[in-house]
Amino acid sequence: MSDPGAVAAHPSHAPHVAHHEELGFWRKYVFSTDHKVIGIQYAVTGLLFLLFGFSLMMLMRWNLAYPGAAIPWLGAILGPSRMPGGTMLPEFYNELGAMHGTIMVFLGVVPLAVGGFGNFVLPLQIGAPDMAFPKINMLSYWCLFLGGITMLASFVIPAGGAAQSGWTSYTPLADIAGSGQTWWLVGMIFLITSSLLGALNFITTTIQLRAKGLTFMRFPFFVWAQFVTAFLLLLAFPPLEAAGVMQLMDRVAGTSFFLPSGLVVSGQALTNAGGGNPLLWQHLFWFLAHPEVYVLILPGMGIVAEIIANNTRKPLWGYRSMVYSLVFLGFMSFIVWAHHMFMTGMGTTMAAFFQTTTMIISIPSVVILTALIMSLWGGSIRFNTPMLFALAFLPMFGIGGLTGLPLGLNITDIPLHDTYYVIAHFHYVVAPGTIFALMAGIYYWYPKATGRRMNETLGKIHFLGSLICMNVVFMPMFIVGLAGVSRRLADGGASYDFAQPVLHWNVWSSWGAWTLGLFQLPFIFNFFWSIWKGEKVGDNPWEATTIEWSAPSPPPHGNFLGAPEAYRGPYEYSVPGAPKDFWPQYEV
Amino acid sequence: MDIPYTVEIRRDTGLTNGKIGIWLFLASEVMLFGALFASYIVIRTGAPTWPRGDTMLNVPLATVNTIVLISSSVTMVMAWASLMRGRFETFRIYMGLTILCGLAFLVIKYFEYSAHFHEGALPSTNNFLAIYFTLTGLHGIHVFGGMAVNAYFWGPGAKLWKENPTWFTNRVEHAGLFWHFVDLVWIFLFPTLYLL
Repeated sequence: MSDPGAVAAHPSHAPHVAHHEELGFWRKYVFSTDHKVIGIQYAVTGLLFLLFGFSLMMLMRWNLAYPGAAIPWLGAILGPSRMPGGTMLPEFYNELGAMHGTIMVFLGVVPLAVGGFGNFVLPLQIGAPDMAFPKINMLSYWCLFLGGITMLASFVIPAGGAAQSGWTSYTPLADIAGSGQTWWLVGMIFLITSSLLGALNFITTTIQLRAKGLTFMRFPFFVWAQFVTAFLLLLAFPPLEAAGVMQLMDRVAGTSFFLPSGLVVSGQALTNAGGGNPLLWQHLFWFLAHPEVYVLILPGMGIVAEIIANNTRKPLWGYRSMVYSLVFLGFMSFIVWAHHMFMTGMGTTMAAFFQTTTMIISIPSVVILTALIMSLWGGSIRFNTPMLFALAFLPMFGIGGLTGLPLGLNITDIPLHDTYYVIAHFHYVVAPGTIFALMAGIYYWYPKATGRRMNETLGKIHFLGSLICMNVVFMPMFIVGLAGVSRRLADGGASYDFAQPVLHWNVWSSWGAWTLGLFQLPFIFNFFWSIWKGEKVGDNPWEATTIEWSAPSPPPHGNFLGAPEAYRGPYEYSVPGAPKDFWPQYEV
Repeated sequence: MDIPYTVEIRRDTGLTNGKIGIWLFLASEVMLFGALFASYIVIRTGAPTWPRGDTMLNVPLATVNTIVLISSSVTMVMAWASLMRGRFETFRIYMGLTILCGLAFLVIKYFEYSAHFHEGALPSTNNFLAIYFTLTGLHGIHVFGGMAVNAYFWGPGAKLWKENPTWFTNRVEHAGLFWHFVDLVWIFLFPTLYLL
């Protein structure tokens, strides 16, 4: 592969190599303050937790497809408190369910999308030598690490096991649940702290450390996506922290923030003071967790935008509209939260307000998705692995988004609430949506991190298998959900008569999930194998225009050999009259 | 490798990194305390009865604490202003006074808390005390955190003055912004909990 971008990146006159003292192993790879090392730490941690969270789900899918069927060897490993004789206890199922959600969202997707890609790519794309606060960056990773350890430890604590009250930890159930819930809260406080530190670092870095000439409207869309995401994290997470502190007080100091008067549990009246408001938790939780939904999707959209522009060899269609939509979407995401709470008896006026804002927020999402689809028009598309994942993102996110409309409207939400339909809806957004975008990003920026490209054949096997399996997993859930099956049942609905006609779909979903697991093996192998054996490539293997490709691969400490400068917008592909079909931002 | 704009100001934004960072941090703190104040409103408006603060809490002690904390904000500004004028020894005195005021605040708070515990007024007693202990406890942790930062700049962190006085002055200014915020939270807490 020819490497025209490298010409500008390596000025022949006296290359200025940032000098720095050689650091020892621990300071260089473990307690590093280099944003690239921290980004990779985040990404690997995120990927491991995605795998772990997915394994929990593969376990749950057994009981959903074959309720009550025993797996003796697994029972022997997990012990009689979880799977006596190999049959899954409903309590253990609840642990798996709560921790699957928590881990996938807070320890899987966010660390990979924001911590991983944000840390690795954002400073490179804006031409910065590092993040604005490298030590805070390191602290942010280690807070995440402690939070992850706390969450994992909660599985093996002697009494009770992990949290069982769902990733939403609704009160009063979570207030009176076993000790795993306390671990969950402590873990969450670590994770929230990590996100806050990361968010203020991203915003400061973006504003302050962008290269000369890189105005906001010359930002790659990915930078915009991370910038808006950081604001969501910064301002939406503290209310959950407040709520977490209050729930912790309820559980540890015996307060009654979320415990109403006269609560009776298992036939016994609780002796607490009462007077609390269980719905308060829901409000505070969703005040975070709705913006969190956009934290999950926006970095993915940013990655997809980069890859689509690069592989269609065209500028993004409607870049400015996309940016304005993104900012508007970020703002609106703070005033839609109670559409998760239509079933709480909030009254028609409130419901009308929140369903209106929910319909409004769908507009910018549609603008962005439409702009991405329009960008394909007339492009000479290169179908490499990152592009395939990015292309698959569009219809998958589209399905997820459109099936969300009935959930955003009060009337149609009521029958669908808490059924498998909801699971199918948001998994289409997050699993074949965001996770496909993240996979695309891994294949796309892997050469920047390692200097080698991942194997294309293995990548295409991974892509095709994942695409088919994802749909086999989630499409049947729409059917099961429309039949009215609740998402909370350990037996997948087997104990209900009305669910009998759709139960066979549970088997489809389960086999889809297990096969999906198998199709991740080529990726895992490829990921490690390519570090040493992947095809060696130059600094700009995709012939891209954005600034990160002017740095050497892998970039040294300090990133760039000279101070990069931006001379034009981010996506100057196929400019008429230009000598080649891309005109990098960083070339004069 | 040095990060640009830690000390010098970026021309087009007119700010240093630390200034933006501390304001963003304070924005998140506003959301944290804002959520707790909102919870206070929700719980209080939903309660059939709610005690007047002065029947449960010690208003004179809290008034003294308010004065102590406001004074500490003044000395904090004086500490920073001394650095701006290049008077390091005066900075030491004012910063020392700020830390002592913080300490006095926490000691008085300790006496208030122990009196409550002695009377059997615990967080679990009722929701007024629950929100009181949660809000003032969280605020107390912030006071402690601010004191720790101030103590660092008074003690070991002051080395930076010799190497890079501008940077040191900026850092003290950022610590001051945090300290004023902690003070401001108390100014909201005092009437809300003790007087209303």
